[in-house]
Amino acid sequence: MSNRLISWFKYASPQSFYPLAGRMIPWFWALTAVFGVIGLWVSFFVAPTDFQQGEGYRIIFIHVPAAWMSMFLYVVMATWAGLGLALNTRLSGMMAQAIAPTGALMAFLSLWTGALWGKPMWGAWWVWDARLTSALILFFLYIGFIALQAAIDDARRADKAGAILALVGVVNVPIIYFSVKWWNTLHQGSTINLAKAPSMATTMLWGMLLMALAFWMYSIAVALTRVRAIILEREAHTEWVKDLNEVKA
Amino acid sequence: MNWGSPAEFFAMGGYALYVWGSFGVCAVLMILEPILVRKRQSSILRILRRERQAEILENP
Amino acid sequence: MNAVLAIIRRDLLLAMRRKSEVLTALFFFIIVASLFPLGIGPESALLRTIAPGVIWVSALLATMLGLARLFAPDHADGTLEQMVLSPTPLGLLVTGKIAAHWITTGLPLVLLAPVLGIQFDLDVGALGVLVVALLLGTPLLSLIGAIGAALTLGVRGGGVLVSLLVLPLYVPALIFGAGAVESHISGLGAGGHLSLLAALLALAVFFAPWATTAALRISLE
Repeated sequence: MSNRLISWFKYASPQSFYPLAGRMIPWFWALTAVFGVIGLWVSFFVAPTDFQQGEGYRIIFIHVPAAWMSMFLYVVMATWAGLGLALNTRLSGMMAQAIAPTGALMAFLSLWTGALWGKPMWGAWWVWDARLTSALILFFLYIGFIALQAAIDDARRADKAGAILALVGVVNVPIIYFSVKWWNTLHQGSTINLAKAPSMATTMLWGMLLMALAFWMYSIAVALTRVRAIILEREAHTEWVKDLNEVKA
Repeated sequence: MNWGSPAEFFAMGGYALYVWGSFGVCAVLMILEPILVRKRQSSILRILRRERQAEILENP
Repeated sequence: MNAVLAIIRRDLLLAMRRKSEVLTALFFFIIVASLFPLGIGPESALLRTIAPGVIWVSALLATMLGLARLFAPDHADGTLEQMVLSPTPLGLLVTGKIAAHWITTGLPLVLLAPVLGIQFDLDVGALGVLVVALLLGTPLLSLIGAIGAALTLGVRGGGVLVSLLVLPLYVPALIFGAGAVESHISGLGAGGHLSLLAALLALAVFFAPWATTAALRISLE
């Protein structure tokens, strides 16, 4: 048990995490490719045409995974940030910083695909639907986190300030979602739900799950690549960075 | 199989703009982001290498 | 408790000496809310429907203006560091400062809101709901805003940044606050909205000073 603990803390140092991340990245890219190819194949060739929405519904194969990932990544980011605050480890803050842009990208993709789905289905690019509105606010939360970290020069302070913001945000996300839903029902907005295909065929669900896995692996791969760059930027003055083979070459 | 011909596949039952607009932007961004991150990594590596060279030149 | 009262008294005294800042935020509130009819048109039916939203959004923006004053002057003259070092828990002092901020920016908004409501042709019942909603909501805005103000303390571009951080977090307050008046007007009763607003306020009173304190400690490190 104590051995276990030690090895975990060993990898919590940027010095030992840097090469570990380097070894893991190709595997996650491979998984992204595998899940992505199978997922795309299922979404275009296996999943049948929807009898109500025609071929337009195929957008949900990226819309729903992007929306899931944007929420999931925010929680993961806040968890790393909270760990950094509680345990005072340097790596946690870097992980949170590395996840944020990918999370923002996912939030943007869910908005973009939501708009492109909405135009043929609702007849409008944007509808103040509870989900779309919450996704928009989630996107703003990501932008706020990135902007706050970018505005603070001292990396440690940026980490901690970002951590508090992320934790406040993660408490607020369910409240925001609930309030937006409440607001939406009060105003009798659109009653169609994006994911509520009337007869959700199992193949559709499979396609969505596979694409979600692909997005997940992609996020890990990109976040790990980015965290490696952040580690180098922040630890540029240390001996171990100067001794890296990449630097010597 | 849903599609009789490639043309049918690209037409997406009349939803081509929306379907390919979504998948296209998604693909472009998901290719662009790793490239940008890789660039960030290589630019910091370049700076580190230069600093190391400078150090070697200063104290041989 | 005495320390809290002392902080409130001190901040109010300071605000009295710099009346123009308080009045600026207040006039900003009035001007923003008065611009909407000019932009939208004078039909009273339309104005009645948008009134709660417009007044609430103006209140959010006016509260934002005051946030820069919350910690920055004390940070500049070193008072804040003294507060961190003082034997009284920082959380209590922060609560006092937030309370003073609410009295100088939130409370005047609550008192002025009925006047603006009349501009928008709201009836007496709706005005009453508006005042109650603002009374519950503006402290919430001050509490959440304090977290943002503490996080951006001494950061470049802090003034604009704070709005980016805080405005998304104001969404529930806006929805329930404006929704209370709207559902009163539509005859559904405002009870549900107001109690949710009160629940949010209770949550924020409990957590926000704590988060603000943590953020202040980080800013002062």
